[in-house]
Amino acid sequence: MMRFVLRRLVQLVPTLIGVSVIVFLMMRMVPGDPARQALGPEATGDEVAILHHQWGLDQPLPVQYVYWLGRALHGDFGRSTVSRVTVTQEIWARFPNTLALTFASMAVSVVVGLTLGIVAAVKPNTLIDRASMVVALLGVCTPSFWLGLMLIVLFSVDLGWLPSFGSGGMAHLALPALTLGTAASAIIARVTRSSMLEVLGEDYVRTARAKGITDRSVIINHALKNALIPIITILGLQFGGLLSGAIVVETVFAFPGVGLLLINAINNRDFPIVQGAMLLFTLEFVLANLLVDVVYGRVDPRIVYS
Amino acid sequence: MALAARTSSTASDERFRGEARSLWGDAWRSLRRNPAAIAGAVTLAALVLAAAGAPLLAPFNPAAQDYNHLLEGASRQHLFGTDNLGRDIFSRVIFGARISLSIGFFGTLFGLVVGVLVGLVSGFYGGFVDTVLMRFLDIQLAFPGLLLAIAIVAVLGPGNLNVIIAIGIFSIPIYARLLRGSILAVKQFDFILAARATGANDARLMRVHLLPNAVAPLFVVATLQLGTAILTAASLSFLGLGVRPPSPEWGAMLSDGRGFLQIAPHVAVFPGLAIVVTVLALNLLGDGLRDAIDPKLKKA
Repeated sequence: MMRFVLRRLVQLVPTLIGVSVIVFLMMRMVPGDPARQALGPEATGDEVAILHHQWGLDQPLPVQYVYWLGRALHGDFGRSTVSRVTVTQEIWARFPNTLALTFASMAVSVVVGLTLGIVAAVKPNTLIDRASMVVALLGVCTPSFWLGLMLIVLFSVDLGWLPSFGSGGMAHLALPALTLGTAASAIIARVTRSSMLEVLGEDYVRTARAKGITDRSVIINHALKNALIPIITILGLQFGGLLSGAIVVETVFAFPGVGLLLINAINNRDFPIVQGAMLLFTLEFVLANLLVDVVYGRVDPRIVYS
Repeated sequence: MALAARTSSTASDERFRGEARSLWGDAWRSLRRNPAAIAGAVTLAALVLAAAGAPLLAPFNPAAQDYNHLLEGASRQHLFGTDNLGRDIFSRVIFGARISLSIGFFGTLFGLVVGVLVGLVSGFYGGFVDTVLMRFLDIQLAFPGLLLAIAIVAVLGPGNLNVIIAIGIFSIPIYARLLRGSILAVKQFDFILAARATGANDARLMRVHLLPNAVAPLFVVATLQLGTAILTAASLSFLGLGVRPPSPEWGAMLSDGRGFLQIAPHVAVFPGLAIVVTVLALNLLGDGLRDAIDPKLKKA
């Protein structure tokens, strides 16, 4: 197992390098000269040239990349061009918020999705089943930002129960987590249902029932455990959606996380922050996928990682 | 997809029966019996027609501002109400359909064409080419979901074309993998060997023998991806990165409506509903197509 993890980590390196190249190039591809922008329109050619040299912008691109990567690996991503605070600090200040949001949303999606899926699978083709799947389908088709706005109207404006923006505790996390978790719960519900249906038809379930084991025990201990495998896969795949969905949801709720930071930075052309945030999201995603594979290997005894 | 039991058994009788025995014929029949898919198809057709006939259908000019009717709720004159500049939301939603549908369509088409080419080359030639192309895809897939599209639009700037490009690039891996898988599954079969033996060159093999097998699932995926493309485009516009105001794109309209949730929530309700309906129709149709073409594909 350890060898598998190590091997996968090593395989990640070229991918991560590729990602860093893309992130680096992207910022260089944006039209406009950062030195000229920093100095203002009255800057002379000489002043711009000096700043170019200072910032290493007069070097060939691959050299610039190597310097940038070297600094990045030491945790130095430069400073925000807007706030002059280091990128690391800006991101670090907001990272816990985004993390909390992601986990809360995942919790919501797992709880809601699993419950809905199990209920639908246990009573197939009944009203409950059809209704659950309709709800799940709607969940997939609804844009998260619209859902967020509707929830704000319902819970903040009309009912006044929950705050609609900012952070500061469970109440502020509630609506964003609910919004972000919905789309994922819909997909998890559908996968849970089909996976459970497949498992419930298996012989060993029939045997368990014949032995007199209670329905609830059959469902949870025999069926669910085996049905979990594809569900875990989907969960892993959903994580990417949760990460990028967090960007949108944070914008809707003005939730001070890394996602909102990224969007504001893009609008402000604050490239060091954009680079740092994008690298963070990508790294999180890639590591999460690896984690899913590891968990998958543990959960399914049929899989042998050589 | 049950076929009626046949009482006669001779081949000539079957020919005269007239029922299609092809993949597409069977698929069409199965689709016809699926009410959800039909509903999806009809809705989609209605949307396309509405988008095409927008100038005729919309009661108002989508850009016309009327300061006498600001932020009004739904009324007989303004079916969906008016926004903060007095523009008729119903007309804007109809014109927005044009933008969303065309961006979604062309973005998906772009991704489809490039993805199919990549998958084709990768699966067919294998070896080094395959490894390199798959590595590129891995790098692209390392970016979670929307992030890549956001990055592309951040670099290229706002506007319809850039959103199309972003959606296209973002969806390439899906089609590439599909094609590649399809080819790898079929490459070993004897009929490929036989075709080569009779002198078929690479292009002919691809065109006549390999590609047709992949078309059916491609169709399904493309339909479902169209929904994702429209959602992505709307998300980008909502974030201020895609199609900018005053364009009546649905996502942009939602972004505008954000500021008025307390006093005029209807501004945000209707464009969002339009998105839901469109994506729902595409999903229903796509699911129906998938069930029709290969029930074995049905996973969730």
